[in-house]
Amino acid sequence: MKIAVLSGKGGTGKTLVSVNLASVSEGSCYIDCDVEEPNGHLFFKPEKIEQEAITVKIPVVDQDRCTGCRACVDFCAFNALAYIKDQLLVFEEICHSCGGCVLVCPEDALSEKDKAIGSIERGISEDVFVHTGIMNTGEVSGIPIVDRLLEEIALESERDIFIDGPPGTACIVMETIKGADFCLLVAEPTLFGAHNLQMVHELVALMEKPFGVILNKCQEGENLSEIYAMEHGIPIIGRIPFDEKLGLINSNGEIVSRVDEGYEQLFASLLKATRKAAAV
Amino acid sequence: MKIAIPVDSNIDEVKVNDSFGRAPYYLIHDTETKEDLFVFNTAARSAGGAGIRAAQLVVDQKPDVFLAPRMGQNAADVIKTAHIDIYKTEGSSVKQNIERYLAGELSPLDDIHAGLHGH
Repeated sequence: MKIAVLSGKGGTGKTLVSVNLASVSEGSCYIDCDVEEPNGHLFFKPEKIEQEAITVKIPVVDQDRCTGCRACVDFCAFNALAYIKDQLLVFEEICHSCGGCVLVCPEDALSEKDKAIGSIERGISEDVFVHTGIMNTGEVSGIPIVDRLLEEIALESERDIFIDGPPGTACIVMETIKGADFCLLVAEPTLFGAHNLQMVHELVALMEKPFGVILNKCQEGENLSEIYAMEHGIPIIGRIPFDEKLGLINSNGEIVSRVDEGYEQLFASLLKATRKAAAV
Repeated sequence: MKIAIPVDSNIDEVKVNDSFGRAPYYLIHDTETKEDLFVFNTAARSAGGAGIRAAQLVVDQKPDVFLAPRMGQNAADVIKTAHIDIYKTEGSSVKQNIERYLAGELSPLDDIHAGLHGH
């Protein structure tokens, strides 16, 4: 079972949900695809870490072969190339690594080199495999890191997999949920929270993924995300209370289901409900 | 000499545009013939790298100098590679900035910003 945990914005509880579901599920695998700010490792504190560098291809110019035809400059949709004073300039941080310039060059003046954009760290926390995608600051896209993270889990059939997604609904979120069997949307009770739920709901519906919602930070009074979920027939997997104790444990970097019996039971029941919904 | 300036339109009484890469037009003023040429900035609506493409467009017109209120690092790199000087405009009047540049009253633009990527 591969579960992607998503939300329309940061801070709704994606990491709380994915870390704790992975903790209560026996021998699972937690994958942090929130590569711009991965934080699941702060809770798991994984050991025996192995690191793999993630690289992309960017163009290198042989100025002697370049005739200044500008086929590459005209082709580049991201404006990463300029031809000035008889030399081709490559703006590496603008390049999206499509490889098109190399293909269109009639003089074979362009080749490719590897450029590191981030890394993947793999470690173990108790019986949980913890895989963390880390993007270097300033890179244009973390998608190659997500692709590599998901490539390896595609082969994993023994362990349940919990994917901590990037916030929002951008390309990288779509990439993250491509291989998921089920999407778990985490939502806050506010108007802002309901709007963010709507964004992700529209995305998962568009991608034809089965999904359900976990209502986080629940308290007395109106829950606009709950109303949205009921109006749109989104299965409600469960609720997590707005609780000072939970906030305190979480802010100390501890995994609440590992240190508090009540929360261990809550997340065990959320896991059960998620499995049931995903099996339909 | 030819002077290039990012401007907000291609009609009379044009003003200096605040953005380099995303200005709608560039004015190329020829001080000898007194002619004005407007270059439409096809890069203005680019998703990214507008400054690079825009600088390429204007450099191809072979100006001797750029006048602009500010400029991002990538555009400045293109223009410096072309060995063209960049001076900082003051106020939005195109006419006054050209006159002041010719009178030696404008300073070189040296506070190049890191770029306003994503804006």
